[in-house]
Amino acid sequence: MSIEEKVIEIIVEQLDVTREECVPEASFIEDLGADSLDLVELIMAMEENFGVEIADEELQKIRTIQDAINFIKKKKGLAS
Amino acid sequence: MGTVNPVGNNVDETWAALCAGKSGIERLTKFDPVRHATKIAGQLKNFNPLLYVDKKELRRLDEFIVYALACAEMAMKDSGLAIDEGNAERVGTIIGSGIGGVQTIEKEHTVLEQSGPRRVSPFTIPAVLPNLAAGQISIRYGAKGPISCPVTACAAGTSAIGMAFRLVKDGYADAMFAGGIEAAITPFAVAGFNAMRALSTRNDEPEKASRPFDRDRDGFVMGEGGGIVILEDLALARKRGARIYAEICGFGCTADAYHMAAPPPGHEGAARSMEVALRSCAMEPSAIGYINAHGTATPLNDVYETQAIKRVFGEHSRKLAVSSTKSMTGHMLGGAGGLEAIVAVKAICEGIVPPTINLDNPDEGCDLDYVPHRAKEMNIEAALSNTFGFGGVNAVLAFRKFRD
Repeated sequence: MSIEEKVIEIIVEQLDVTREECVPEASFIEDLGADSLDLVELIMAMEENFGVEIADEELQKIRTIQDAINFIKKKKGLAS
Repeated sequence: MGTVNPVGNNVDETWAALCAGKSGIERLTKFDPVRHATKIAGQLKNFNPLLYVDKKELRRLDEFIVYALACAEMAMKDSGLAIDEGNAERVGTIIGSGIGGVQTIEKEHTVLEQSGPRRVSPFTIPAVLPNLAAGQISIRYGAKGPISCPVTACAAGTSAIGMAFRLVKDGYADAMFAGGIEAAITPFAVAGFNAMRALSTRNDEPEKASRPFDRDRDGFVMGEGGGIVILEDLALARKRGARIYAEICGFGCTADAYHMAAPPPGHEGAARSMEVALRSCAMEPSAIGYINAHGTATPLNDVYETQAIKRVFGEHSRKLAVSSTKSMTGHMLGGAGGLEAIVAVKAICEGIVPPTINLDNPDEGCDLDYVPHRAKEMNIEAALSNTFGFGGVNAVLAFRKFRD
């Protein structure tokens, strides 16, 4: 499974949204109805799944699904 | 009125089961009790949480909150009450719980131990806090009036309904969600009650384990669930043509100031609580036809509660029907008062007293009419619901027949 697919799978599970809603530019808060606690939990799930650590300052910059994918790729040392 | 409990997932199912003397006690399956002295409990059966919360909520809310949302939804539908901008600030929520989100505490503590603090869920605290049952109900229905959560152990549901009653009576609210809820059948809580030697260990006969007032009782059986009612100002309820089950008319609350867990001999605190409830509505003891007893089946409670009833009612105690529905549901701790208020109300409405099952040989000192084994029909003008809790809290509600 690609990083993109895995990220979307986690979002679908955590935020109880459909795969169709998970377009790259979708904003977690505005489009997917997440609140700040949802985001913390979502990031925890990503940390766990990808074996990365995401600091709170970095969390601020993750606004959309594409941001999350880019961020994880960067952490994993993969070009985005 | 709404309830989920070990004998039913709504009021009708519950009332039918209680009147049929059906036990909800079974082998404990919510966790593997292999190391626990007690291996039985009153668990909900075939309860589908997805009827009341979505998948996301289910993952984040502790079970006691899910149960509370289920009870609130049933009560709300039953009442026909509508909450809108016009009345939102006049509708409040008081839901008691003895322990709150103990399942979540255990789960997240394990995460903390095994994976460290960074893995503890951000939803831990709002799932654990006992007042979040009331909080989530108020959020769901937009009830912006008074909100609170008495954490008075096994009396919490009764405390909640009593406090809500006074808020309506004194003009602070027009309508209230009120009740109690519990979901504490967990390894930690059962171990704690076991350590106090409070629970029955009649593991090979689950249905016979909860034996209030019986000679061979050996402690209470843990139950879960509870009940929530809508209390409403009479004039407003009449105006909108609401179905009125009964009138809540009295509330008594007293402290034993004696011991953290044991009632004092004669349980004078319980007697005073019944007296205060009666006095608060100027009701003569002889008006009461039925008492839904605390009746936990612990060695001390049942004898002392009987003595307290005799002190309050004197000769009339011989004419009273006194039953413990905990013989069927087990003890839902903070949820007990929620359901048992509904039972007292149903008894008045239906003219039926549900039985105390498993009462084969009344213990010495237990000599009232506990309605053993089989329900009985009788006209009930007024009823009490007794609940007493650790910390020496005694809470009693009085209800009477509503006549339009």
